[in-house]
Amino acid sequence: MNFLLEIGVEEIPDWMIEPALEQLSKDFSALLAASKLGGSVQAVDASPRRLVLWAEGLSAGQSDGEELVTGPPKSAGAGAAGGFAKKNGVTVDALETLTTDKGEYFGYRKKTVGRATATVLAEALPDLILKLYFPKTMYWTGKGGPRFIRPIRWIVALLGGEVVNFELAGVKTGNVTYGHRRLGSKAAIPLTYENYERSLQENFVLVRAAERKQRILDGIAKLGANVKTDEKLLHVLTYITEWPTPIIGSFDESFLQLPKEVLVMVMRHHQKNFSVERADGELSNQFVAVMNIDNDNERIVQRGNERVLRARFNDAKFFWDVDQRKKLADRVNDLGKVTFQAKLGSYLEKTNRMVDLARELGGDDAARAAHLAKADLTTEMVKEFTDLQGIVGGLYAKAQGEKEAVCTAIYEHYKPLSMDDSIPATKTGQALGLADKLDTLRGCFSVGMMPTGSKDPFALRRAAQGVVKILIEGGWSVSLKKILGGDAQLEEFFLDRLKYYFREIQGFKYDEVNAVLAAGSDDVADAHERLKAIQAVRPTENFEPLAASFKRMKNIVTQANFTGGIFNAALMTEDAEKHLHAAAESLRGKLKGLPYQASLETIAGLRPAVDQFFDKVMVNAQDQSVRNNRLAMLAGLLSEFSSIADFSEIVTG
Amino acid sequence: MDLYQQTLFKLKQYWAERGAIIQEPYDMEVGAGTMCPETFLRVLGPKPYKVAYVQPSRRPADGRYGDNPNRLYKHQQLQVILKPTPVDVLEQYMGSLEAIGIDLSKHDLKLEEDNWESPTLGAWGIGWQVMLDGMEVTQFTYFQQCGGVDLELVPAEITYGLERLTAFLQGVESVYDIAWAPGFAYRDVRYNDELQSSVYNFEMADVDMLWKLFALHEKESQRLIDGFADYEDKRRYPLLPAYEHVLKCSNNFNLLDARGAISVTERVGVIARVRKLAVGVAQAWVAQEAVR
Repeated sequence: MNFLLEIGVEEIPDWMIEPALEQLSKDFSALLAASKLGGSVQAVDASPRRLVLWAEGLSAGQSDGEELVTGPPKSAGAGAAGGFAKKNGVTVDALETLTTDKGEYFGYRKKTVGRATATVLAEALPDLILKLYFPKTMYWTGKGGPRFIRPIRWIVALLGGEVVNFELAGVKTGNVTYGHRRLGSKAAIPLTYENYERSLQENFVLVRAAERKQRILDGIAKLGANVKTDEKLLHVLTYITEWPTPIIGSFDESFLQLPKEVLVMVMRHHQKNFSVERADGELSNQFVAVMNIDNDNERIVQRGNERVLRARFNDAKFFWDVDQRKKLADRVNDLGKVTFQAKLGSYLEKTNRMVDLARELGGDDAARAAHLAKADLTTEMVKEFTDLQGIVGGLYAKAQGEKEAVCTAIYEHYKPLSMDDSIPATKTGQALGLADKLDTLRGCFSVGMMPTGSKDPFALRRAAQGVVKILIEGGWSVSLKKILGGDAQLEEFFLDRLKYYFREIQGFKYDEVNAVLAAGSDDVADAHERLKAIQAVRPTENFEPLAASFKRMKNIVTQANFTGGIFNAALMTEDAEKHLHAAAESLRGKLKGLPYQASLETIAGLRPAVDQFFDKVMVNAQDQSVRNNRLAMLAGLLSEFSSIADFSEIVTG
Repeated sequence: MDLYQQTLFKLKQYWAERGAIIQEPYDMEVGAGTMCPETFLRVLGPKPYKVAYVQPSRRPADGRYGDNPNRLYKHQQLQVILKPTPVDVLEQYMGSLEAIGIDLSKHDLKLEEDNWESPTLGAWGIGWQVMLDGMEVTQFTYFQQCGGVDLELVPAEITYGLERLTAFLQGVESVYDIAWAPGFAYRDVRYNDELQSSVYNFEMADVDMLWKLFALHEKESQRLIDGFADYEDKRRYPLLPAYEHVLKCSNNFNLLDARGAISVTERVGVIARVRKLAVGVAQAWVAQEAVR
């Protein structure tokens, strides 16, 4: 039998829909499996007003079955058997003997009567629905009532054409749905499993997100607008509409004098409009809005959107003009009144700390940029468009005649905003970005505000991840210890971030990361170089066997509790021993000045000598001095050739 | 095209037909219609209530000397409270838009997530901003908590921004160009208020005096809240006046804020002081319910 579930809800926030669907599918599949109902989930989908699940192949009911219940051991006697029988509601003669490897037991074969699928679903679904996770829920039927993302207004639950009867938050399940709020039928729409989608479509609802998305893309194509690709906005619009229709509008060309960042921000974030580019890639004075109705033949919606945009742009122009009356440089002192963090003082204090750090990292330009970087927090533009902090500062600095390097640095100093975002393009920008993030991290750690579990209110993980990304991708060879200000907890925190970055972002194998970081993590750009070398050398023939040998050496040295000792060539007795010593000796000369990869390849060349050594030589010789000498040689080799990576961390074969 | 006041008449008529009491604006300074006792206190407790009223709402920091076409020190809200929320509340709301001449099959209406929260009132709710052709015209909220108290019946709060809505209906660029009554524009009615209040709020309000007033009202409100527990005849106890002093505190706080007299650090503390009073009144109000 097929099964259709539609949960009719008032408008669900767009970003919560897909995770909820994923859970709905998973939980329903689990229910089918656990209750042995057969069948499988065919699809889940949603619009802002409905979460939908299709399943097929369900059986009409659970099959009858048997369950073997094991009772007390036979040796416990008749009394125990009687108790066991009574517990199961039968007499002793219904019991049987079970022979197990632990002896004989009383047993009872309990018949289970399969229940109708509809009954099982009716019982399980209310809970399953209410357990869907949403980040912020509400109650609506009164205190103590069920909680959900928004009020549930109807529920369709159809099993093989019949309604599965249950009630949730005062809503009884049925076989009718509702169309588009304004374009659809005012009355309830009867439906079947088969005609569900078509019925909705006739009532101006595309229940499949993919179809809505396609309708937006087709609509845009039909408008002939060169829309700037924006997957995130497209996703939002797909989930805040049931019948999306794009329209095009325009604004006065004179607004193009405003920075395009501001225009795009207003269109994208405030108005959920796509910006449009001209053939030459410059911003055009057009925009695309996506409506939740069928057409705008009278251009009413277009004019409305144009009017709002005009008002917004006028605001932005007003902010720009007002802000120019006081230069950024004259605003720096006002930062004394803006709190950065209660325990860490004002933004002026932060600015002064940043200036010192930035100067150290990037010289005078970086220091000047740091001096001005936070001043835009006092501007009207940033108060209105918070997401443009930094960008506005950079644009204002330019308008106020600051050096190009300084302006660019301010402009890009919040980058990277995520792991997908690029780092600042200029060295000065990177220095400023580092100074800003490092100051926040050092400050917060110094007053005990480190992230715990999922709680990270100051986004310190992101800041640290940003630092790592800048250091590595910007090729900054600096001492992490030094720039972290000697805070041990912060160093440990960074080591985690570093591992995360190498593994998850760059995709290095975890043992390679461990091997490289064990050999040193203070210079992260250098660690990255070493990691790349390891990755390149790893598939070569000699590498893994050599790594295995290094692990063996390490084990021997560790197990022998070797505490040190000077190697003495005169104490060598075996040829293989001498051979390894000579091979290492000649390696030493070759390694000088070699890049990491070549070094590793050269070190891997040590393998025959190492193999031979282990074949022929007993490290644990009877003679204590010979033994110690061999240990000293191995320890020496380990430390000498593990400066690129600690090979013993490599997981082999 | 309807005048401002005609639109208002129609909205009031619409909600009156749906059983709402049409109240007059509260006669004290408030930052939003939510702060009026008709909302803040009425949403508490188990008794159903339906009310609609216009509330001039003061936001001193938003003043722009009458220069900005869209920003106002004092704007007019139409506040509707439906307690408990009827199941067809959104249909009713949309019906109200059609009642003032908006054909929703020709306009783009979207509900975008926007959860309302007032730290000063210890209140929050879940809801949306209603976007009409890209403009926010209404804040729609299912109240969950008020004065730190979980609500027994969940009310829907519908707050129309009247200037925006009527500017939209009349197709004017500036709220000052809204035709209010025959021969009178919004400018004629309100401009001087915007200009002079901005001058006072930003330039001339006496900061020391505002702090003193804040403290006086705080003290009086707290005194009343403290006295409730031991007062014999609870029904008579003046909690409404206690709440009015909270409103005074709130307004003085807003004035101090506009004057730039409250640092960001202090801000949190002052908000907490007002919230403490609001929560105190709300709790006492719930306790008084049984005898009211």
